[in-house]
Amino acid sequence: MIEIENLTRKFGSITAVDNLTLSVDEGEVFGLLGPNGAGKTTTVRMLCCLIAKTSGTAKIGGYEVGSEENALKIRKIIGLVPDNVGLYESLTAYENLDYYGTLYRRTDSERRESNEYFLKLLGLWEKKDVLVGTFSKGMKQKLAIARALVHDPEIVFMDEPTANLDPEASKSVREFILELKGKKKTIFLNTHNLDEAQRICDKIGILNTKLMAVGTPEQLERSIHGRKTVIQLIHSSKLILDSLRKLKVKNLVSEDNTLTFDVTDPSKENPDVVDTIVSAGGRIETVTVTSSSLEEAYLKLVRENKQ
Amino acid sequence: MTEWIPWKIALKELKVISRKKSIIAYTFGLPLLIAIAFSLEFNNLTANGIPGTLSLGAESVIYIFVVITTVLPSTIAAYSIVGEKVEKTLEPLLATPTTDGEILLGKGIAAFIPPILSSWMGASIYMAATDYILVNAGLGYYYFPNWNAGVMLLLLAPLGGILSIEVAVIVSSRVTDVRGANQIAGLMFIPFVLVFAAGVQGLFSFSIANLLIFSTVVLVIDAILYFLSKATFRREEILTKWK
Repeated sequence: MIEIENLTRKFGSITAVDNLTLSVDEGEVFGLLGPNGAGKTTTVRMLCCLIAKTSGTAKIGGYEVGSEENALKIRKIIGLVPDNVGLYESLTAYENLDYYGTLYRRTDSERRESNEYFLKLLGLWEKKDVLVGTFSKGMKQKLAIARALVHDPEIVFMDEPTANLDPEASKSVREFILELKGKKKTIFLNTHNLDEAQRICDKIGILNTKLMAVGTPEQLERSIHGRKTVIQLIHSSKLILDSLRKLKVKNLVSEDNTLTFDVTDPSKENPDVVDTIVSAGGRIETVTVTSSSLEEAYLKLVRENKQ
Repeated sequence: MTEWIPWKIALKELKVISRKKSIIAYTFGLPLLIAIAFSLEFNNLTANGIPGTLSLGAESVIYIFVVITTVLPSTIAAYSIVGEKVEKTLEPLLATPTTDGEILLGKGIAAFIPPILSSWMGASIYMAATDYILVNAGLGYYYFPNWNAGVMLLLLAPLGGILSIEVAVIVSSRVTDVRGANQIAGLMFIPFVLVFAAGVQGLFSFSIANLLIFSTVVLVIDAILYFLSKATFRREEILTKWK
């Protein structure tokens, strides 16, 4: 649905996005994580044909970004929730949605239907005739998401949709995004909220001008630090340690009666380790598999990039 | 007509503007005040009969309504463009399948219609009042409407309004608040006021020929500024270079 290859954007001598290559499949929720100034908004703006690329290629729904003719086609199949809601505060919730429906060339009946559907879905139907200027941040954010959906787009770009929202409002926005995921919309989500990315996204890219890593949240967690197995023994012994070294377990650390070592596939590797310990006379209290968090992975990559 | 996107954009702009009481009061109040004030003044002037400088006085006032159309659109255009910039509503708008030209035209139409209507309304009131006063003072015919007033109101005033909008668009890309944009764009009325002053001083006659020449000059400037404003109002420029 989204195919990006070596996409680059420079502003004068400053490179905002450097050789970005990634793809997002249909119905996938892709999260682009990165610190402020990482190039996330610039990427979305390029993909939405709002600003030009300096080099590289990007295809949205099969249309290549670059020409004005394709830009109009792309804008018809995408919806954008910008980092600032950008609603008309002196118009009502209904008028805001209706105006955008008009711009997407929806007929009167189509607009009436979708306006009612989204306002009811978001719990805003009772306030449809209230000026948006009086809405809370959470209500505005939900309305901004609805505005991006009035034309039933195939792809939705969201730039920091929960930034500056209180926890309750963030939760309701996240739930709405999950509903969209359930409807198989392709979602491209810019965020620096790791928890949000982990909960919502099928795939995550970590961007800091360059793409540092890409994969499922689990793959990223594993790829950065890998997984570790922690075995708590009743009593440790030299024989157990020597046996495990012969088994060539990776990065074995023994501290008191706790053994820690790296594993790639715990389900295959741990049974052999347990057998070896038992054969060496060891008695096991607990076996735990741990992995680094997405947060650790993210921070490590961003710090490495700074250095 | 109803599905024409610039018109849809203009309708939305007009709806927003209609809820800004200060803009409405200013747009429709100013021409009304001028019409009433000059009608009363004309009534005083004709207390002792019809003045010899009738055409100079009566048509100079019509020209004031032309000046008004160079002032009022900039207020609405500045609000419509800088207002969107300030409220950050431009980005989602630019992400829709509308062209830059459609957005610019829609905003231009919205900035053009209320001032031209209010100017025509003020001029109509003034012309009706003047005719009533003059006929009562003994003039045997209706002085207005006449060709001079027609050229001023139907040709020069719209061209002046377009000029004002184009300047407002260009200025809007360089300022960060509505008031600043309005003040700078509003300076466009100065050349029109100078023509008015020249007319009052007898240095410029509001003859049809002169008005047509002046209209042609404004038309040429309009055409040049059209390309400049179109070049200014581009997505990339708006999102990356506008202050």
